Amino acid sequence: MVGKTESQNGAVKATAAPAMNLESDLFSNFSFKSFKLKTKQQELLLRVSILGLVYILAFITRLFSVLRYESMIHEFDPYFNYRTTLFLTEKGFYEFWNWFDSESWYPLGRIIGGTLYPGLMVTAAFIYWTLRFLRFAVHIREVCVLTAPFFASNTTVVAYFFGKEIWDSGAGLVAAAFIAICPGYISRSVAGSYDNEGVAIFALLLTFYLFVKAVNTGSLAWALASAFGYFYMVSAWGGYVFIINLIPLYVLVLLITGRYSMRLYVAYNCMYVLGMLLAMQIRFVGFQHVQSGEHMAAMGVFFLMQVFYFLDWVKYMLSDTKLFQAFLRITVTSAVAVGALALGVGTASGYISPWTGRFYSLLDPTYAKDNIPIIASVSEHQPTAWSSFMFDFHILLFLFPAGLYFCFKKLSDATIFIVMYGLTSMYFAGVMVRLILVATPAVCLISAIAVSATIKNLTSLLRTKSKTAVAGSSKGTGGSKASSKASFDQSQPFQKNGAIALLLGAFYLLSKYATHCTWVTSEAYSSPSIVLAARGAHGNRVIFDDYREAYFWLRQNTPPDAKVMSWWDYGYQITAMGNRTVIVDNNTWNNTHIATVGRAMSSYEDEAYEIMRSLDVDYVLVVFGGVTGYSSDDINKFLWMVRIGGGVFPVIKEPDYLVNGDYRVDKGAAPKMLNCLMYKLSYYRFGELVTEYGKPPGYDRARGVEIGNKDIKLEHLEEAFTTSNWIVRIYKVKPPNNRW
Amino acid sequence: MLSLTIILIPIFLFISGASSHQIRINNAERRIDLSTHIVKVFLTLKVENTGKTSASEILLAFPPTQVDHLAFLEALAATGKKKKKTYVSLAVKPTQLPDAPNETNYYTIVLANPLNTGETATLEILYILTHSLEPFPVEISQSESQLVYYRDSALILSPYHIKQQTTFIKIPSNKVESFTRVEPTDRAGNELKYGPYEDRPPYSYSPLLVHFENNNPFSVVEELVREVEISHWGNLQITEQYKLAHAGARHKGIFSRVDYQSKPAFSGVSSFKHLLARLPPRVHSVYYRDEIGNISTSHLRADSWKISELEIEPRYPLFGGWRATFVIGYGLPLEDFLFESSDGRRYLNFTFGCPLVETVVDKLTIKVVLPEGAKGPSAVVPFPVEQRLETKYSYLDVVGRTVVVLEKKNVVPVHNIPFQLYYTFKPIFMLAEPLMLASAFFLFFTACVAYLHVDLSIRK
Repeated sequence: MVGKTESQNGAVKATAAPAMNLESDLFSNFSFKSFKLKTKQQELLLRVSILGLVYILAFITRLFSVLRYESMIHEFDPYFNYRTTLFLTEKGFYEFWNWFDSESWYPLGRIIGGTLYPGLMVTAAFIYWTLRFLRFAVHIREVCVLTAPFFASNTTVVAYFFGKEIWDSGAGLVAAAFIAICPGYISRSVAGSYDNEGVAIFALLLTFYLFVKAVNTGSLAWALASAFGYFYMVSAWGGYVFIINLIPLYVLVLLITGRYSMRLYVAYNCMYVLGMLLAMQIRFVGFQHVQSGEHMAAMGVFFLMQVFYFLDWVKYMLSDTKLFQAFLRITVTSAVAVGALALGVGTASGYISPWTGRFYSLLDPTYAKDNIPIIASVSEHQPTAWSSFMFDFHILLFLFPAGLYFCFKKLSDATIFIVMYGLTSMYFAGVMVRLILVATPAVCLISAIAVSATIKNLTSLLRTKSKTAVAGSSKGTGGSKASSKASFDQSQPFQKNGAIALLLGAFYLLSKYATHCTWVTSEAYSSPSIVLAARGAHGNRVIFDDYREAYFWLRQNTPPDAKVMSWWDYGYQITAMGNRTVIVDNNTWNNTHIATVGRAMSSYEDEAYEIMRSLDVDYVLVVFGGVTGYSSDDINKFLWMVRIGGGVFPVIKEPDYLVNGDYRVDKGAAPKMLNCLMYKLSYYRFGELVTEYGKPPGYDRARGVEIGNKDIKLEHLEEAFTTSNWIVRIYKVKPPNNRW
Repeated sequence: MLSLTIILIPIFLFISGASSHQIRINNAERRIDLSTHIVKVFLTLKVENTGKTSASEILLAFPPTQVDHLAFLEALAATGKKKKKTYVSLAVKPTQLPDAPNETNYYTIVLANPLNTGETATLEILYILTHSLEPFPVEISQSESQLVYYRDSALILSPYHIKQQTTFIKIPSNKVESFTRVEPTDRAGNELKYGPYEDRPPYSYSPLLVHFENNNPFSVVEELVREVEISHWGNLQITEQYKLAHAGARHKGIFSRVDYQSKPAFSGVSSFKHLLARLPPRVHSVYYRDEIGNISTSHLRADSWKISELEIEPRYPLFGGWRATFVIGYGLPLEDFLFESSDGRRYLNFTFGCPLVETVVDKLTIKVVLPEGAKGPSAVVPFPVEQRLETKYSYLDVVGRTVVVLEKKNVVPVHNIPFQLYYTFKPIFMLAEPLMLASAFFLFFTACVAYLHVDLSIRK
């Protein structure tokens, strides 16, 4: 509901800017200075209040999850971020930076300070400390929960300024309103989704905005600011690689299209050199800017810039064009040759590391599936279905090409940038679901240009008809294109009615967008996934809080140094909520270790027992949805465990778990499947339970079959805890039997 | 079993000459209630002064093992005849005697009227022992029920000669594994009767051991911190942090959910999953959560006149030795608890103790956060507590709020009686924080106006 009213605001404001212009024209006839000032102030007031409302809207539309559930951290990765933030606020930055975490990746451990992007944690801790200083007695959890909405609000402001920079303030306001409620962005920034992306999108857009500003003005100050924006982005998210490749690409396009200027030279050099130096301060990034293949494009463009500058200077010095042409050819050829040689030598000598698998998988969507099962196993790394584009962008998907049209019509350095940003990010969004997020700001900005330009044209069409008397002056000050178009169109019949119809259509679309966004936010993106909600038989809300039940049980009733083995998905949650040591977690840095766990899960119990003994495992945790019909449980993820385990240990073979290529758990399942550890732990004593009326005992509701092995005996493990809805089952690893 | 013998030996051997020969107990009746894990002992003593001088004090003796677990001791003097009996509460204070045999501890009951020679008086004494039921076996599995030991003396430990005494022990069910026989001993259903014993000299002792089934929840709050924050804007905010444990026989081996769900009568009988908290009437904004978030299983039966009942379920059923920590918070209308005394000071009248029913609190800390600017706090608590002052910074505090901290160990439900906290407070301090906020906004808007009207650019 909130979204709806706001979108109408957005529409009002879109019309407001031209209206103001016309009004000011009216007043200019009287040439009262005081009146003129007042109009300007009115416009400012209007703009500020609209922006303020959008700011608030962006915040409150993300609070559905808090209202529906509670103020809690969502999903998986945010729990790690929360845990590290807690550590940072308790122990201070120095301890945080040097933190060696022995609670994860047992027995290897993890150097937290060197393997994370600290931007998010430092931001949250900084907000927390500021609020504490101002004597607001907030809890760090509340700060973490609301960090993402807060930064989403800030993003709307950046979007406004960005839109203003590339088009006009009207487009800026529409862009702010669009991005405030765009589901593609909301999916990663609802309250509680305390993830790097929450602040990174703000940082990304800020960097781009400041860079475009720097290119437009040629000001060293803006370039410096964009370098700092880049630094913040590097500190916050691995997606900074997108910036460090897009900006050189943009510069290259400008160079090729002959738009080279001193402004560009200043902006890029300052931003690149300073940004690179600053980024090296982040331990996780280190010297990658000079050593990794992914960052080489930026460096190449940097040198190319110097060559261009040099050529410019030579051209200035040389008066002979023919001589210059020859010089140009030699210089460019040798520069390219030297660059290629340096790259070749660097790569061959191993100084420059080759592209990482994640980078490859972006360029080639099939790469991960064939080579890195651990990336392919993550649902958010799947290629995007067209429906999710529709779901996340709605009308923006149609407005995006329209906006591109407007951009091409009025080509400038800034519009070239946004076009390139839009096109590249759209490609990446198609490769991976999660990268829709990166495309969202571009889509919002380009669509805003389309909406703003269209509505501006239409409203000025309506206005000029009635004000033919002042048309002359209107031509001078108002949007010149719009008014000229209007005067041209004056001969056409029904144009006023047509404009009204089109305007109404635009309002209809925009209000549809607002309702869609609100609906998507409340229904799809506001679930914390820790707490599951379902409708009961009488329409009442049933809450399955099994995850926290199990984690809290671990926290309270197991020895503090207990090691818990589970699939890596639950690693962060176990360390954060259960406060226990885990073998593997969501920071999938060691594939072999994960494969070992996958192997244990897919082996027979006695083989698995050996593996678990060697890893000092005390408890095994499995997630099981057979009682509740919760489908993302470990049995459904099991094939990935087999695949990842088999990728390192060839004793595990995927076909052993399949019957004619089918994955089954019922009587017809493969014998190895029926007796592997995961099956046993999931279905232990499940055969005694009647889950659904009219079905035999042991009926698995998640897969809709009666299980194939109901008589499961455990030899080396014993059931330690099962949650009330059986979603999490914890087993204790027994000590070895006495030998006599 | 080793500990058993160690406890029993010392006191039994030593029968000392009574410190005061002048008091004699004509009849003593003791009723020990073992139905929950809080042991309640009702002792009725008919004392007679057989000495030459009048006596104003009566001594109660406790073996050292009991004194550590003694949570509450109250003595009443009964006056009047049967129908019109009235009870007068008597002062009780711990006493050290120089010649106490075997570390016997004493409490002195100060009589309201000194007992003259030949006079008799009837004393009703209630004392409560915690952690006095020792689970045996120490570890039980899910299907077993919980058996406990209770140790005491069949004869009442006293520095006086007791003419006649009887002890009744009430146990929760008929299931008694064993009990010590000190003839005459009798068992009828769920009650054991020891005695009557005639003419026992001072410091008589006869060990007594009852081994019986007790499946009542052994809910023990190891630490409870109750924070009461007073806001003169009309709200009293209570935050209670619990560290709850099941202090019964430890759970051993597997926990099977399928057994627990399908056979509730045989599986985990000594475990508990519900707790009942009695909150004051007109309670609002109740929450129940722990370190990792809200716990969705709680029911509140709130009533505007009666006590509100909050039924809470920990995240998982508590078996022996399992723990759960959680926080309960609620708001209360200030006018029900804050009053103005005749000398112009304000006082808070609030209940001491733990709102959970039938629960022992090992260590209770009550923190009363006074509003900023409150001065001269003084607490009036009907029993001895440790007191100290702290400072807390809450929303928009500049100098911080005075916190009165009251600490008491071994708290049982009978301690749920009101205490008073007096302090002085000038109402003008209430306005400090709104004024601060208002001025901050004012400054912000002034800065905005100034920014819009002042041209700071260098170029023209």
